[in-house]
Amino acid sequence: MGFFLETLIGGLMAGMLYSLVALGFVLIYKASGVFNFAQGAMVLFAALAMARFAEWIPGWLGFENQVLANILAFAVAAAVMFVVAWLIERLVLRHLVNQEGATLLMVTLGIAYLLEGIGQSLFGDNIYSIDVGMPKDPVLVLEGMFPGGLLINKEDFIAALIAAALVAALSLFFQKTATGRALRAVADDHQAAQSIGIPLARIWVIVWFVAGIAALVAGIIWGSKLGVQFSLATVALRALPVVILGGLTSVPGAIIGGLIIGVGEKLSEVYIGPLVGGGIEIWFAYMLALVFLLFRPQGLFGEKIIDRV
Amino acid sequence: MAETVSERQIGDVVLDLRNISLAFGGVNALSDISFDVREHEIRAIIGPNGAGKSSMLNVINGVYQPQQGEVVLRGQRFEKMSPGHAARAGIARTFQNIALFKGMSVLDNIMTGRNLKMKSNILQQAVWWGPAQREELAHREKVEEIIDFLEIQHIRKTPVGRLPYGLQKRVDLGRALAMEPSILLLDEPMAGMNIEEKQDMSRFILDVNDQLGTTIVLIEHDMGVVMDISDRIVVLDYGKKIGDDTPDEVRANPEVIAAYLGASH
Amino acid sequence: MIYRENGQFKTSYAADQQIFPIRQDRYAIAALLVFAFVGVPLLADEYMFRAILIPFLILGLAALGVNILVGYCGQITLGAGAFMAVGAYAAYNFLARVDGMPLLGALLLGGATAAVAGIVFGVPSLRVRGLYLAVATLAAQFFFDWAFLRIKWFTLDSSSGSVSVSNLEMFGWTINSPVEKYLFCLGLLAVFALLAKNLVRGAIGRQWMAIRDMDVAAEVIGIRPMYAKLSAFAVSSFIVGVAGALWGFVHLGSWEPAAFSVDRSFQLLFMVIIGGMGSIMGSFFGAAFIVVLPIFLNQALPWLGNLVGVSISTVGVSHSEFIIFGALIVFFLIVEPHGIARLWSTAKEKLRLWPFPH
Ligand SMILES: Nc1ncnc2c1ncn2[C@@H]1O[C@H](COP(=O)(O)OP(=O)(O)OP(=O)(O)O)[C@@H](O)[C@H]1O
Ligand SMILES: [Mg+2]
Repeated sequence: MGFFLETLIGGLMAGMLYSLVALGFVLIYKASGVFNFAQGAMVLFAALAMARFAEWIPGWLGFENQVLANILAFAVAAAVMFVVAWLIERLVLRHLVNQEGATLLMVTLGIAYLLEGIGQSLFGDNIYSIDVGMPKDPVLVLEGMFPGGLLINKEDFIAALIAAALVAALSLFFQKTATGRALRAVADDHQAAQSIGIPLARIWVIVWFVAGIAALVAGIIWGSKLGVQFSLATVALRALPVVILGGLTSVPGAIIGGLIIGVGEKLSEVYIGPLVGGGIEIWFAYMLALVFLLFRPQGLFGEKIIDRV
Repeated sequence: MAETVSERQIGDVVLDLRNISLAFGGVNALSDISFDVREHEIRAIIGPNGAGKSSMLNVINGVYQPQQGEVVLRGQRFEKMSPGHAARAGIARTFQNIALFKGMSVLDNIMTGRNLKMKSNILQQAVWWGPAQREELAHREKVEEIIDFLEIQHIRKTPVGRLPYGLQKRVDLGRALAMEPSILLLDEPMAGMNIEEKQDMSRFILDVNDQLGTTIVLIEHDMGVVMDISDRIVVLDYGKKIGDDTPDEVRANPEVIAAYLGASH
Repeated sequence: MIYRENGQFKTSYAADQQIFPIRQDRYAIAALLVFAFVGVPLLADEYMFRAILIPFLILGLAALGVNILVGYCGQITLGAGAFMAVGAYAAYNFLARVDGMPLLGALLLGGATAAVAGIVFGVPSLRVRGLYLAVATLAAQFFFDWAFLRIKWFTLDSSSGSVSVSNLEMFGWTINSPVEKYLFCLGLLAVFALLAKNLVRGAIGRQWMAIRDMDVAAEVIGIRPMYAKLSAFAVSSFIVGVAGALWGFVHLGSWEPAAFSVDRSFQLLFMVIIGGMGSIMGSFFGAAFIVVLPIFLNQALPWLGNLVGVSISTVGVSHSEFIIFGALIVFFLIVEPHGIARLWSTAKEKLRLWPFPH
C-alpha cells in the first residue's frame, strides 16, 4: 500500500509538470489555432538561456551572488522568450492567417528545428546546470499512518507546487483579466474578434510569450533536475498525450490530463513494465491517449463540433 | 419554359420527411417538420436566414442526424440516414458554401462524382493498362457530356480553386450530375450570381429536371426564380414550417409575408 | 521555342490521359531513365553511391510513400519511421526464418506487414483529423521503437540488439557492389513510382484527394472515408515498409531500432513538404535535397568560415543544418506550399511561353 501510494504521488508530481507543458499547448491552440509542436523546443531554448545567463551575468557585472544571478537570468530569459514570441508572430503566424490546422502544425515543426538550432548555436550544446536551490534529498512523511512511512522526493514536491501555482495563475489570467477575455474571444472566432477591434497580432504575441514563460518555468524545473541538455526538447513529446486526453481547448483538461498521464505512466512502468521488459512509459501514455481518442475524439473536456456545410 | 414545366408527369411521393426535429446545443434548427417530395417535381424550400433550410437538406442526405423523426425514401424508412446511404440511393447535392475539391481540376472534380460507378480494384488501378484504363475512358466520356452541357469545356483542366465563384457553382452542379442522381438537392445554387448567371443556372436546372426527369429540392433566396420554376414550396421560419403550397398560394399566405417582412436580410 | 505543347492536339481521351501528355516531357523522362540506368553507373564513384545515390533512392521511395498519405490523402503522419522499421524487421524475419525465402519476396512481405501495421494505426484517422491524428501516429512510432528494442523475438535474440543481413541475391544475381545496389534500388524505385502514379491519377487517387480537400463533400458523393483513408494508409505504409527493408538490407547492412527513430519520421515529412505535397516528382526532389544538403553544408560551411576567418566545427555545421531545415520548412509552407515541384513546373510554364510571353 505504501509503495502504491508512493508511486501514485510520484506520478501526480510528474503529472503536474506535464500539465504545465500541456497548458502551453492549450494556450496557443486556443488563441491561434496552432498546435504548437515547438513547445518542447521552447522549453529547451528557455532553459538554455536561463542556464547560460545565470553563468554569464555575474561575470559581466562582477558579482557573485547566486540568487541575484538567478533572478537576473530569469528576467533576461523571459525577455528572450518575448523576442521569440514577437519574431514568431512577425515572421510566421502573420503570413498564415486562416490556414488549415495541418499546415500550421507542420510550420511549428519548422519552428522547433529553428529554435533548437539557434538555441544551441547561441548558448552552446553541452550539458549545463541550473541551480535554483532545489532541495535534493527525499523525506519521509506520514510515518504514523504507514509502516515505514512514505518516501517523498522534496524536489519533485516543490516542482509540483510551483507548476500548480503557475497553472492556477494562468487559469485565473484567462478567466479574469481583460486580456484573458480577449484571448478567449479570439479563440472562439478569429474574424469576429478582429471585427470588434481586438488586435490579433498583439494577442498572438502575448499568448506565445505566456507559453514561453510556461516553457521557461518547466525548463528550469526539469533543467535543475536533469541538467539542461538537448533531450529537454523531447519532454514536449511526453506531454502530447496529455493534450489529447484533456482536449486541445480545455485548461482544466490539460491539468487533469497531465495528472492522469503522470500517474498512468508511473503505475504502468512499475506494475506492467516488468512483465514486458520495461521502458514502456513513453508509448503507454500514447496508447492510453489513442484508445481514448477512439471513444471520445474531442478529448475529456473538448467540445464536440459538427461541421457546418 | 412554363410549357415545359406543365408537360412533365409529376409522380408519386419519393421522399417523405416525417416529424423531423434537430437541435444544436440549445438552438432548435428544425422543430417537427414534415413534408414530402414527389417524383419529377421541383420542390423549393424558402425562408429567412437561419430558418433551417440547409439543415433540412443535411438531414435528407444524412450529413446531420435529426434527434427525432424519420426520412422515408421510396417507402424505405431511415431513422439514421448516412451520407453514403443517400449517395447510393441516388441522392446528390450541391452546397451553399461551395464544397469542391479545391486542389483538383474541374475534370477530376466531376470524375470523382462517378466514383460509385467505377468498379476496378486497387491492383487493377495500379497496373492501369487493361480494365482500369478502359473504365477511366468510358467514364471520361460521360463526364465530357456533362462538361458540354454546363458549357465549361474551356476550363476542364483548371484547378477549381482558381475559378470565379459562378463557375465554381457550375462545377459543383456538374459533380452532382455526374452521379446521375434521381433526386438532386440544391442549396442556393444562384447565391451571389448576376442576372445572366442566374438565367444560365435556371436553365440548367430546368433542363436537368425536364430531360433527365430528376427530382429537385431547391433552396433559393431569389423569390422571382423560386416562384418561376418550382412546383411546390415549403416555407420555414426559425425551424418551423409556416407554409407548404403552390407558388401562388405561398405568395398570398399572410404568415409567410409576415416572416419575410419581419426578417432582416 | 524548344518546349511547346502547341500543335500537339489530343485526338482521343486516351492520349489526353497519359502520364506525360507533352511530347518533350516524354523525351526528357526517357533520357533521364537512360542516364540513371546507364550513365550514372559509368560516371559515379563508390563514395557517390554510398553516401548520396543509394540513400537518395531509398529515402525517395519512403518519401513517395509518405506523400501518398500526407500529400494526396491529407492525413499527417509523424510515424513514418516506425513503418520503415516494421518493413525492415519483418523482411528480416521472413528472410531469416523461412527457408529459401527469396530476397524480393522478403522485401514485399516486409512491405505487406508494414501495410497491415499502417491500417491498424490508421484506424484513429476515422475518428480524428489533422492535429490529433498526428499525435496518434506518434503512438505507432514510440510503440515500435520500444517493441524492436525490447522484444527479443524480433531480433532473433541477438545479444547486441542489432541485426544484419548479408548475401543479397536475386534470381542468381548477387547484389554486392555499390553499383549493383544502386541499380537494384533504382529498379524498385522506378517500378513503385509508376505504380504510385497510376494510383494517384486514377479512381482511388481521386478519392484520396477528395478526402483531403473536403471530406464531408466526399462522403456525400458516396466515397467511403474508411476505405479511402485506410487504403491510403495501407499503400503508403507498404511503400514505406519496402523502403525500410531496403534501408536495412542494402544501405546499412546491419542496424538497430535507432535507425528508424522519430527523427527519421520528421525527416521524411520534411522531404514531402519541401519537395512538394501531392506530387510524385516532389517526393524525389525533397529526398534529393535533404540527402544532399548536409553533405553540401559539411563542405561549404567550413570553407566559407575560413574565408571570413572563423572556424566552423562539425557541431556548428549540424546546428546550421537544423536552422536551415527549419527555415526552409517555414519558408515553403508560407510561400510555396507545393514545394520544389511547383517551382519546377512554374519554371517549365515560363519555358513553354518563351520566347513569347503573353
Ligand atoms: N453544424 C452546426 N453546428 C451548430 N449550429 C448549426 C450548425 N448548422 C446549423 N446550425 C444552426 O442551425 C440554425 C439553422 O441553420 P441553417 O444553416 O440550416 O439555416 P439556413 O436556413 O440554411 O440559413 P441561410 O439562409 O443563412 O443559409 C442556425 O441557427 C445555425 O446557426
Ligand atoms: Mg443555408
